Amino acid sequence: MHSTRLQKKIVIAAAFVSGFCIMAIEMLGARIMSPYFGGSLSVWGSVLTIFMLALSCGYLIGGRLSEGQPKPKTYALFFIAAAVASLPIVFFADGIMQPIFMAIEDPRYGSLIASVFLFFIPTTILGMISPYSIRLLVEHEDHSGKMAGQLFFVSTFGSALGTLGTAFYFVLWFDVNEILLGTILALLFVGVAILTFDLAARRSQ
Amino acid sequence: MKQILILLFGLALLRPLCAQTIHEERSVYRDITVTERFGRRCLLFNVHRGDRNQTCIFTDGSRRLVFDYTKMSFAGLLLKPDPKRVLIAGLGGGTIPLVLSELFPDASIDVIEIDESVARVAKDFFFFKQTDLMRVHINDARVFIKRAALKEEKYDYIVLDAFSGDYIPEHMLTQEFLEEVKQVLAPDGVVVANTFSTSRFYDHESVTYQRVFGEFYNFKLPTSGNRIILTQLKSLPSLGVMAERAAQLTPQLREYGIPFLSYPEKLSAEVDWDMSRRVLTDQYSPSNLLRDN
Repeated sequence: MHSTRLQKKIVIAAAFVSGFCIMAIEMLGARIMSPYFGGSLSVWGSVLTIFMLALSCGYLIGGRLSEGQPKPKTYALFFIAAAVASLPIVFFADGIMQPIFMAIEDPRYGSLIASVFLFFIPTTILGMISPYSIRLLVEHEDHSGKMAGQLFFVSTFGSALGTLGTAFYFVLWFDVNEILLGTILALLFVGVAILTFDLAARRSQ
Repeated sequence: MKQILILLFGLALLRPLCAQTIHEERSVYRDITVTERFGRRCLLFNVHRGDRNQTCIFTDGSRRLVFDYTKMSFAGLLLKPDPKRVLIAGLGGGTIPLVLSELFPDASIDVIEIDESVARVAKDFFFFKQTDLMRVHINDARVFIKRAALKEEKYDYIVLDAFSGDYIPEHMLTQEFLEEVKQVLAPDGVVVANTFSTSRFYDHESVTYQRVFGEFYNFKLPTSGNRIILTQLKSLPSLGVMAERAAQLTPQLREYGIPFLSYPEKLSAEVDWDMSRRVLTDQYSPSNLLRDN
């Protein structure tokens, strides 16, 4: 028997937030790098490449970690770790991009390397959330496809809203760093919420 | 039968009046169209979205400039009458660099254009030629200027003309970008920025220029939707000084159809914007959203 099982609602909400945050950060990626590498198509290309690469690694790692008995605590840790790993984008972006700008003349490779340092780790961790969420939702293999479908639905729907909100409204209302801090806080909140629910569930057992 | 022939003949006569597309290509950044009509050859970006002409030239060999805003940009010469190192962000049809190179054959001119296709079209259709002194760099202007600042290069005539009708490269209208421009500006040099004169965006842009450069001259004409910002590191020249320079340069500028003598009194340093608007920065630069509001 499972030690505790997170309620479905919580996993679904958490996956929504992670999808939202991934795209909010991704939308800001090109903007963060444009002072150093310009606004050319290649800068967008770098951001998208690194995000896709990081997500693919995250899926693989998250899936591995979900083998056996998935733990809500581990799940919560993904959110907290992603939040912490995103902090350098807010506080050290210039410190990271400046030396890369100095070392690499071609903005294509400059932006690609900068994307690796800025976005690879947090995005990989965010990528780990999806397969782990599915594992938390699936109780028996009959409905595993349905659960995976639901999970992809909410997280991708969250991504759509994260993209739209950032591109249409947030950049008009807030500083780039304020938006980033907002996503970091949202991830932290979800992480802490999962821990709290998990604790409550253990106590009531 | 006869009537049909007359009709056809009439249509043939009318044909030159219709815009004739002589070149079309889709570049990485935009659709480029070159049209010819009424004795003008024009470069258009994204025609399907209703964008306006980027550059037009007369096809009769006349050196006269077609657009007011192109002419207006030469008001920079009122602040710096003898440029030696010129930096131009945004090539378009290449009219501004071409005229500057004719006026100042000894000046070195660096033109920065992000779109390789635009550079090719300027060469093939608008008589733009690179020389030892006039070079086009295919690069993002912000990146180019940042590097130039690192190398401690100085320019005494900087033209910022990278905004096309329907899109503002947002990283080129921020306080940080203008600080970088300032770093490559020679002590007696001038910055000439071709921008828009409408909407809430006008206020944000003005506040941002003011933050970086302090005072600047605004140059607007009722016939043009553009405004030209003129500024420099030292204090702005007086009307008297500018009138004197205008008188000296007018003969040279006459063949381009630039009514230079009338320019000095049209420059205004008056604050006609809402000073409470937010300065645009790398952190906050939703220029394209602001322009639509």
